[in-house]
Amino acid sequence: MSCNSDQPDMNRRGFLGKTVVAATAAVVAPGIMLTVAKASSEEGASSAVRWGMLIDTNKCADGCSACVDACNKENGIDLMQRPEGQADEMWNAQRPQWVRKVKLRDKQTGEVSNLPMMCQHCEHPPCVDVCPTGASFKRADGIVMVDRHTCIGCRYCMMACPYKARSFIHQDVAEQLTGAPRGKGCVESCNLCAGRIDAGNSTTACQDACNRDGHQAILFGDLKNPDSEIAKALKTESSHQIRADLELNTGVRYTNI
Amino acid sequence: MDRLTGIKRFAGVLVGGALLLFTTGAISETAVTEGSKAAGLDTCVAPTADIRRNHMDYLKHDRDLTVRKGIRETQYSLAECVECHAEKDDSGAYKPVNAEGQFCSSCHNYVAVSLSCFQCHRKTPELKSGSDTAMNQGGDFNVESLGLLQSLDKPVSLSRDELVRLHATVKGD
Repeated sequence: MSCNSDQPDMNRRGFLGKTVVAATAAVVAPGIMLTVAKASSEEGASSAVRWGMLIDTNKCADGCSACVDACNKENGIDLMQRPEGQADEMWNAQRPQWVRKVKLRDKQTGEVSNLPMMCQHCEHPPCVDVCPTGASFKRADGIVMVDRHTCIGCRYCMMACPYKARSFIHQDVAEQLTGAPRGKGCVESCNLCAGRIDAGNSTTACQDACNRDGHQAILFGDLKNPDSEIAKALKTESSHQIRADLELNTGVRYTNI
Repeated sequence: MDRLTGIKRFAGVLVGGALLLFTTGAISETAVTEGSKAAGLDTCVAPTADIRRNHMDYLKHDRDLTVRKGIRETQYSLAECVECHAEKDDSGAYKPVNAEGQFCSSCHNYVAVSLSCFQCHRKTPELKSGSDTAMNQGGDFNVESLGLLQSLDKPVSLSRDELVRLHATVKGD
């Protein structure tokens, strides 16, 4: 990074500004601070950021399902009840899954690697291309998600997705979380914990769970900010997009596969 | 002649006004359920008559802001409707707002409008200490998500609900 430019360093200014605001707010009243901290969600998703993930498959432990469990809990997937009389096989095939563990084995060497697979939040998402109603869309900050209000449940997006990342809700849902509406007849997938991010949080549920278990395989952050941890890691380590040949420019990338 | 028209007009306004008072009075008796948070409040997020007439448009407008643009601090939100208008039963559990005789269904049944909001949306406020809330994972209180400058080892004394309410007050001022 060059320090010789006569232009002011806007990152530094921004940081100083925020620090002063935060310090003032903390001194004035805790109530005021709430407004300051939540100011970002009034502006909404900004194209100045692009959220993404870097997953270190070496650190992803075999048999661990912390990220999957945390995701199910965060997004109310665990509140879904199996319909009466439905067979195990059918239930496991049809229940929604936003993130799933995938195990890869090299046929020649027998080397096994594990990785969590979810919506890859493509820059050019095929699911958005094929959606007939515009329900499948990409937010300004790069998060690909489904607007259930316009989703007609045709499942074209599920066919188009190369990552098998989307789920369809086949049954009536009795209970949901306020932050994760869910009902019969709509497609859904990982939204990088959009609600948490909009609330000013800087981590996803799966990342928190992975860190809590001491694996630290998941790194979430802003790909466009050169000072973010994820951008630095991407710069120094060799990472891969899955199905890079499709040129989708995925937001989720993997190292050591 | 002019004077007579004036009187007629005046009488018309009087009758109209009385009718309006009567009808809104009649509705307000049945709409807000006793035992809900809304029963203790003076007004909704906008004047009640405005909300009655336009809530569907407001909600539709703001849902697009929230889903498409990620703007969460909207004036009108369905979660807030549920938060305020859900009534507690004798055991202290919330009744679904779309259940028979409850806030949403009492009017919508009357005007024969079927509600599809709650096919997907939660029908009761989330319990603050419940295990199945998005913000309460494994008992940890996520301070960062609320934007509080408090240390993790120092417990937060306000409930999430209170914080939301406090935030609304601060913003309103």
